[in-house]
Parts: sequence; structure tokens; C-alpha cells
Amino acid sequence: MSDYSASPLLLQAEGLKLRFGGIIAADGIDLSLHEGEHLAIIGPNGAGKTTFLNICTGYLRPQGGSVRFENREITAQPPRQITRLGIARAFQIPQLFAEQTVLENMLLAVSVRERHWNPLRNLHAVPERREMEGLLELVGCSDVRDRVASELPEGKRKLADIAIALALKPRVLLMDEPTSGVASADKFDVMETLMNALRQAKVSSVFVEHDMEMVSRYATRVAVWAQGKIQTTGAPEVVLNDPDVVRNVIGG
Amino acid sequence: MSRKSLDAFPDHAVSATAAAEAPWPVRRRHREKYAMNKELLAFIIVAVLLAVVPFTFGTSTTFIAMSLAKGLAVLGILILLRAGQVSFGHAMYFAIGAYAAAFLSSAFRGIDMLLLIGAAILASGVAGAIVGIFVTRYRGIFFGMVNLAFSMVFYSILEKAFHITGGSDGMRIRRPTLLGMELKRAEFDIAIYYVILLFALLSVWLVWRYLRSPMGEALRAVKSNETRLEYVGLSAKSVLLGGYIASAVLCGIGGVFMGMVQGLATPEHAFWTRSSELVFIAALGGPAHVAGAFGGTVVFEAVRTYAAALLDDSWQLILGVTLIVIILWAPGGMVELFRRLTGLDRAKTLTPEAGR
Ligand SMILES: Nc1ncnc2c1ncn2[C@@H]1O[C@H](COP(=O)(O)OP(=O)(O)OP(=O)(O)O)[C@@H](O)[C@H]1O
Ligand SMILES: [Mg+2]
Repeated sequence: MSDYSASPLLLQAEGLKLRFGGIIAADGIDLSLHEGEHLAIIGPNGAGKTTFLNICTGYLRPQGGSVRFENREITAQPPRQITRLGIARAFQIPQLFAEQTVLENMLLAVSVRERHWNPLRNLHAVPERREMEGLLELVGCSDVRDRVASELPEGKRKLADIAIALALKPRVLLMDEPTSGVASADKFDVMETLMNALRQAKVSSVFVEHDMEMVSRYATRVAVWAQGKIQTTGAPEVVLNDPDVVRNVIGG
Repeated sequence: MSRKSLDAFPDHAVSATAAAEAPWPVRRRHREKYAMNKELLAFIIVAVLLAVVPFTFGTSTTFIAMSLAKGLAVLGILILLRAGQVSFGHAMYFAIGAYAAAFLSSAFRGIDMLLLIGAAILASGVAGAIVGIFVTRYRGIFFGMVNLAFSMVFYSILEKAFHITGGSDGMRIRRPTLLGMELKRAEFDIAIYYVILLFALLSVWLVWRYLRSPMGEALRAVKSNETRLEYVGLSAKSVLLGGYIASAVLCGIGGVFMGMVQGLATPEHAFWTRSSELVFIAALGGPAHVAGAFGGTVVFEAVRTYAAALLDDSWQLILGVTLIVIILWAPGGMVELFRRLTGLDRAKTLTPEAGR
């Protein structure tokens, strides 16, 4: 396991605090992501993992603390601005353009990335069409390319959602339980291909995950989130064998 | 899932696999093209038929001219429907188009028709941009109501400021010249018919293209998922604003034509019943296709004109029943009925292009 603390800092959260009524989702979270890292966040249900992604992307404003991206303050900027800076997100509950086909979802995303706003050019005629078909192939969605997004089975929806995030060519990809709902026979295949592609394209990632096998295979570092705090962080082989973590998170 | 496809990310597009895949995408593309050619053919046939109206059904020329003018406004409504929004105030832009012409033609005698049209486009576009900045914050019922509120304010201004606007009598629109030519009444009726037809055809083509462009597709995304829209880096509000301005301009063009045909701009044009009439026609015609806007208008106007001749006040009844039937059995309007009758809706599941 290599050490990434020397590589440039991409995302840096400091002292994030957020509570919903009595529920403490974040209580002084410090977490950072360096270039090349693939950080897994694990923790019990309702711990605040998704909330963290919501704060990082400007969907929620923290009650305290700040988020920086490449040394630029991005706390509570609107999601579209943060997205344009190079942070893309795939959701726990997939967010697709339900009325359009999977390919059209991708083409729309890439049109925003490339600013294709010619009102007379057909969406299907954008020059990145092949690239988008390639991404769909990569995540195993080629077979549903021309299906309307609302008709997809859950697993394909998750994957299409990731493909949309990839279409934006981000520097950082945030994923929320990327393969939940994907048939277990395909899970590791998809993740393997995806992570290889991310490494090759030098995209760093943060992924929330409940499957410890996934974590140990693909994370370069793990953060354990419980009771609004980072309980511990470190290499997967260390953290996943920590008796406290096993008792509180994995076992429980 | 093939491993070799990872070469595809991020720059080098696909491996040949996607292209060489199954034969069916090829067939699909063929079908798409076929469907498009058919649409183009239908477009040309309708255009030709409309072009010969003054020579064949000369008495209907003005009726069709007015239907086309209103159809332009309905086309504007259709754009908003694409984003899932219904405005109950768009007659305001219709009136703005008509009044822009009225003011100009009373200020400058013998002004050219093209200038009046240009003024209407400008006025409705600017008004659409200003009002749009406010209303695009809202969705659904609120969007509809805020539009209604703006239009009612505008309506009462037109009514009350009678020293400027002529009050409820409205303003005359003098017969303009066309490219510098002074036209007699009969000549003018024919000339404006062709100008309206030209604008209608052009608008249909432009809107058809626009709705299939990334911007137009983003409009549908406003309806289906604003969160994802934000998370691909786009503001739903500005996407909707673009569509809103386009719809306002289309209503403005419809209004200036209606005004010139009737020689009159009245506050009536901005009244809320006119707004809901536009929405009614859009629902009747069907929002799925640009043809629905004009088909709906012709049917609407025909029922209103000819039913009134048969039986007083029967047209509301007929149209009301028609709308109920449409909503219950063909929510896609006449467009859907047409597709069902011609079997074109089977193609819909095969070709993603056909479904809109
Ligand atoms: N917008 C919100 N308003 C109120 N409460 C919220 C909101 N978002 C999250 N919460 C609450 O905050 C807590 C943390 O939620 P979060 O979704 O971040 O958990 P999580 O770690 O992602 O859980 P899971 O593993 O089940 O996805 C939960 O109790 C949730 O109900
Ligand atoms: Mg979650």
C-alpha cells in the first residue's frame, strides 16, 4: 500500500458540523483526499456518510467547518458550480433523466461539459457520442443504451448513474454505494473495470461502501464514520482488522 | 462486460465493439431515418396544401391565417410543456406582440410589416426575459399562477391606461406596407397569409430542431430530474428561462399577426381566458409533437366557428366534451390519436426519436 500524503491535496474537509434536530450527522469531521487516492467511507446506517457527500457538493450547507477543493474554498457553493470544478457524483439513489434513454442521459451530460449549446444541432450528433458509448460499455450498460432510463432495473440504474458522472470527466468522483443493487455475479467485474479505468485516467474517488470485500480490494484508505466522527482512518488491511471497527461497524 | 473496454476511458472513444455490436442498432438508425423522412414529407405536403389555400379555398384564407397565428402561440406553450410547466398567463405576450405593432403603426404611418414583426419579437422577448427571471423560480401550480398574476396586472394596465392604450376599445393597427409596397385590402389579406405561413413553417422547423438539441433535451430534464441537472453542472432555472423566452417570443409573433389580420389590438388579447385557451389547445393537439400545436388550433377554431353557426353557444360544450375524452383516452392529444390510427406508435418503442 503506497502512501499518498505526498501527492497533491484535492479535497479537504475541515471541522464539518451538521445536525438535523437531535441527529448529529457530522460533529467536527476532518477528512482529505489526495490525488490518486480511492477513499472508502464505511459506517453504520444513518451515520452521516451521504450527508458528507451532500456537504462536499454544496447540496447541504454545514453549520460549521469548510470544504476546499484544490485549495479553493467551495463550502456551500451551488452543486452545479462544484460539478464544473471537477467533482462529479453518483448517488445512493440513482439520479437519471427519467424520460430519456441512457445514451441521451450521457449525451446531455457531455453537452454540458463541452458546452454544446447550438440549438439547431441534434443531441445525437454531438461529437462525443462514441466516447459516451465507450463509457456505457465500461460500466456494463451497453445493453440498455437505448432504453428509457425510467424502465431500467435497479442495478443498471446505479451503473448508468456512475456513467453520467464519468461523462463529466471529473478529477474527483464521489460514489455512494456504487454497486448496491447490481447483481452480485457482476458486482466485482464492474467495480474492477471501473477502478482500473479511474486509475488509468488519474481520477481520484471517494466511495461509501457497506461491502467490506469491496473496500479491501479497491480502497487505498478507509475512513470509519460513526456518531458524527471519523473513528479511525488508515489502510484497509489495518482498519478492517481493528477489533473496535469489527465490533462497531462490520460486526454490528 | 468486457475488460478491454477500459481503454475507452477517458479519451479514446470506444473500441470498435459498440459500432460492430448487434445488427439491431443499425436497423434502428435506419428506422429513425425512415421516420424522419416521413415526417419531412408530411411537413412538405402540409406546407404545399397551405400554400395553395388562397387559390382553392379563398374564403378560408383569413380563418387559416388566424389559426396559424394562434398556433404559433400554442407552439410556445408546447415548449413549456416539455419542461412540465403550464403557464396561465401567456396571452400577455400575445397582447404585447399586438400592442407593439399598434404603437408603432400609430406613431409611424406606412411602416413596414417586417418592422412591426421585428418590434413584436423584441418586445415579447425582452418582456419574457424580465418576467422569466421571476417566474422560473417556481414550478407546477405556482409557476402557472405567478404567470397568471403577471398577465392580469398587464391586462388591467391595458384597460386602465386608456389615454395611452385606448382602454378596453384597444388600438387600431393600420395596414402596414410590405417591403415598401402599399397594398389594398384584398392584396394585403393574401400577402399577410403568406408571411404568416412562412413564419409558421420556419418556427415549426426551428422549434423541432431546438427540442432535439441539448438545450431542448435539458428542458425535458427540468421535468424529470432537476437534481441531476444541477449535478451535471447546469442550472435548471436558466434552462427553463431559455425555453420561457422562446415561448414568449412565439406568443408575441402570434399576437402581432393576429393583430395585423384583425387590424386591432385589444386588452381582450391578454385576458386570462385567452391564456387558458392556449393551454387547452396544446392539450387538445398533444404536446408530444410540434404538429399538435397547429392541428389542435385548426380543430379548435373550426369547432368554435362552425358549431356556433349550427347551434348558439354549443362550442364550449363540444370542446369541453372533446377535452374530457382526450384526457381520459388519449392523454397525448390528437398527436397520440393520429399515431394510434396510423400505427406509428408501434415504432415509438423501437425508435427513441419517434416518441416526442
Ligand atoms: N436533509 C435532511 N434532513 C433531516 N435529516 C437528515 C437529512 N439528511 C440526512 N438526515 C439524517 O441524518 C442522518 C444521517 O443520514 P445519512 O443519509 O448521511 O446517513 P448514511 O450514513 O448515508 O446512512 P446509509 O448507510 O443508510 O445510507 C440520518 O439519520 C438521516 O435521517
Ligand atoms: Mg447513505
